[in-house]
Amino acid sequence: MTSRSVVPAPRDSPNVLFEYLLRLGDDRLVLGHRLSEWCGHGPILEEDIATSNVALDLLGQATMFLRLAGQLEGKGRDEDALAYFREVVEFRNCQLVELPKGDFAFTIARQFLFDVHAVVLLDALSRGTHVQLAAIAAKSLKEAKYHVRHSGEWMLKLGDGTEESHRRLQRAVDDLWRFTPEIFAADDVDRAMLEAGIAPDLAAVKAQWEALVREVTERATLTLPDDVPRAASARGGRTGAHTEHLGHMLAEMQIIARSHPGATW
Amino acid sequence: MNQDVVAEQTEALAPDSQWPLWEVFTQSEQGAPHEHAGSLHAADAEQALQNARDVYARRGGVISLWVVPASAITASSPGENGPFFDPGADKAYRHPQFYKVPRGVRGV
Amino acid sequence: MTQSRPAPTSTDDPAKAAAFEAAAAFEARIAAGESIEPKDWMPEKYRRQLVRMMSQHAHSEVVGMLPEGNWITRAPSLRRKISLIAKVQDEAGHGLYIYCGTETLGVDRAELIQQLLDARAKYSSIFNYPTLSWADIGVIGWFVDGAAIVNQTILAKASYGPYARAMVRVCKEENFHKRQGYEIVATLANGTPAQQAMVQDAVNRWWWPSLMMFGPSDTDSPNTAELIRWKVKRKTNDELRQRFVNLTVPQATAVNITLPDPDMKYNAETENWECGGIDWDEFHQVVRGNGPCNRERLEARNKAHDEGAWVREAASAYAAKQRARQASAAA
Repeated sequence: MTSRSVVPAPRDSPNVLFEYLLRLGDDRLVLGHRLSEWCGHGPILEEDIATSNVALDLLGQATMFLRLAGQLEGKGRDEDALAYFREVVEFRNCQLVELPKGDFAFTIARQFLFDVHAVVLLDALSRGTHVQLAAIAAKSLKEAKYHVRHSGEWMLKLGDGTEESHRRLQRAVDDLWRFTPEIFAADDVDRAMLEAGIAPDLAAVKAQWEALVREVTERATLTLPDDVPRAASARGGRTGAHTEHLGHMLAEMQIIARSHPGATW
Repeated sequence: MNQDVVAEQTEALAPDSQWPLWEVFTQSEQGAPHEHAGSLHAADAEQALQNARDVYARRGGVISLWVVPASAITASSPGENGPFFDPGADKAYRHPQFYKVPRGVRGV
Repeated sequence: MTQSRPAPTSTDDPAKAAAFEAAAAFEARIAAGESIEPKDWMPEKYRRQLVRMMSQHAHSEVVGMLPEGNWITRAPSLRRKISLIAKVQDEAGHGLYIYCGTETLGVDRAELIQQLLDARAKYSSIFNYPTLSWADIGVIGWFVDGAAIVNQTILAKASYGPYARAMVRVCKEENFHKRQGYEIVATLANGTPAQQAMVQDAVNRWWWPSLMMFGPSDTDSPNTAELIRWKVKRKTNDELRQRFVNLTVPQATAVNITLPDPDMKYNAETENWECGGIDWDEFHQVVRGNGPCNRERLEARNKAHDEGAWVREAASAYAAKQRARQASAAA
C-alpha cells in the first residue's frame, strides 16, 4: 500500500518546520501517553516509579516541541490546542509509538527501539542550525540517555532472564520490527531539514541505531529479524495514515477537553 | 561453568520475590557527607542505583548516590551502647578545650 | 504514668522482673520524647501495632494510586496530565518509603503485599470510592490529601524513628498535592456552568467519605489511648477531624462551593465548625468490603502483581546469572 500525504507539505514553506516539529512532539506525546497507562499497574513499585519518570520526561518534551510548533505556525495554537483538538489524520507520530502497550516485554522492546533512535537523533538535532529546536533537543538528550540506560538494562534482564521472559521479549521484537523502517524513511520534510542543517541524514541515524540495537540484543541473547521488505513495513504515520489504534487512544485522551470547548483547566 | 547448567540453576533459584533490600545514601553538595535517605528493593546494583535516582533524587538536590545491600551493613547494638560509646565521653584529652594556650596567640 | 500491677520484689521470678524493668524503661523513653529505633527493645504489642499502622498506611498509598490513576489518560491538558502522573508517582514513592520503614520491624515486604492482596490487611476506606469526573481529581487533592496532611504532620513526630522520618519526607512532597487539587477546584469553580456543576457534584460525593477518613469517633476507637501513650498516635480521631473541617470550610467559601452539610454550624465559643451526623453505617460497610470499589481495587492490585511475576522472576534470574558469571570469571 502506498502512503499518500494527507496534508501536502510544501518544500520551502515555513510549514515544513511546523510539520517536522509535530513529528517530534507527537512521537513523544503518544509514547508518553502509552507509558502512562502503566501507572498503578507495574510489576513492582519501583518500576511503577521508573516508568512514570520516563512518561513524564516524554510528555515534557512533547510540550516543548508542540509549543514551538504552534508558535512557528503562527495561528494561535498552543500545545494543548494541538494535542487535544487535532484529528487522527493530523497527527504526525510514527506508528511504532501508537501501538497498545502490550505486556511488559512489548513495552520495554518498543521503548528501547525508540530510546536508541531518540539518543542518536536528539544528539544531532542539538548541534543543528535551528537555535530553539537545538536547545529543546539538548535538554531532551540528557533525559533520553537516562531512558536508554533503563530500557537497555531491561532488555538484558528479560532477554537473558528466564525462558518465559526471553520468549516474550523475542516475540515483542519480532512483532515490532516491521514498524522500525518508518522512523528512518526520509521524505521531503526530512530532506528540507537536512538541507537547512537543522536535522541529520536519516541514513546515518539508522546506521548508528542499528549498531547499538544489535549490540544490546546480542547481549540479551535475542535474534533480530531479517530486514523487512519495503512493501511489508508499516508506514504512513508521518503523513497522517495511522493504525486504528490511534483513534481509540485519542478518543480517550481528548474526550474531556473536546466536551468543553473553550474551557480552561 | 557450563552455561546451560547456569541457566537451569538460576531459574530454580528465581522464585517470585520483591527483590533484595538496599539502603540508599545521598550527597547533596560538593564536600558534604553522604546521608542515609532510605531503602528500596532491586535485583542488582545497577537497578538499585537507577531506582535510587528515581525514588530519592528525582526532585534534585542530589549529586551523588551510594547503594548498599542492606545485608552488607553491620550496625552497633543499642544494648552495648554503654561499653561501646561511653569511654569517649570522659577522655577530655581528646578535646581542644583540655589544652590551655597563652592569651593573644592566634591560629592555635 | 500509671501502672496496673505493683512492681515485682526481689523474691519474684527474676525473668519477670527483668521484663518489667525493660517495659518501664521503654515507657520512660517514650515519655521523655526519645526516638525508638529498629534494634531497640520494644514491647511486642508496640511492634505489632506499628507493623499494622505502618503497613496499612503503605497499602493506602499504593491503592490510592488507582482512583487518581483512573484519570491520567483523560486529563484535559498537558500540564494537568503531567501534574497528575507526578502525583500518582509520589504516592507510589510514599508507599515505598513506608513499606521500607515497616521492614525495619522484621517483616518482609512480600509478606505485607500478600496480606493486602489476600484482603487480610486494611487500607484507608476513602480509596474504595470511584472517580467519576475530572473534578474528582481536584476534590481528592483538596479533601483527601488535605486530610492526610493533617494526619501526617502529626505523625512526623511519631515515636518510632523510621516512621517519623518517612513522614517527614512524605509531608514535604504532600503539600504540592493539596495545592494542585485546590487549584483544579478553583479553576473549575470559576469556569463554565458545566465545570461549576462538575466540581459541586464531586464535592457532594467526596465530603462525607473524607470526614470518615479520620476513623471512628473517639468513643468507638479502642486502640487510641494506648497508641497515644506510646506516641504513635499524637491526636485523637475527632481532634484531627475537627482540625480538617476548620481548615476546609473557609477554603470552600473562597471558591463559592457549598459543603453538603445543611446541619453544619459555627460555634463561636469553641471556634469550631460543627458537622451534622456522619453515617457510620456506610463507613463500617465500606471497611467491611462492601464499598463501591473494594473488589475492583483488589482485583487491580492482584492483576498487576500476578502479571508482574514473570518480570520480577526474570530480573532475579538475570542477577543470579551475572553473579555466577562474575564468580567463575574470578575463579
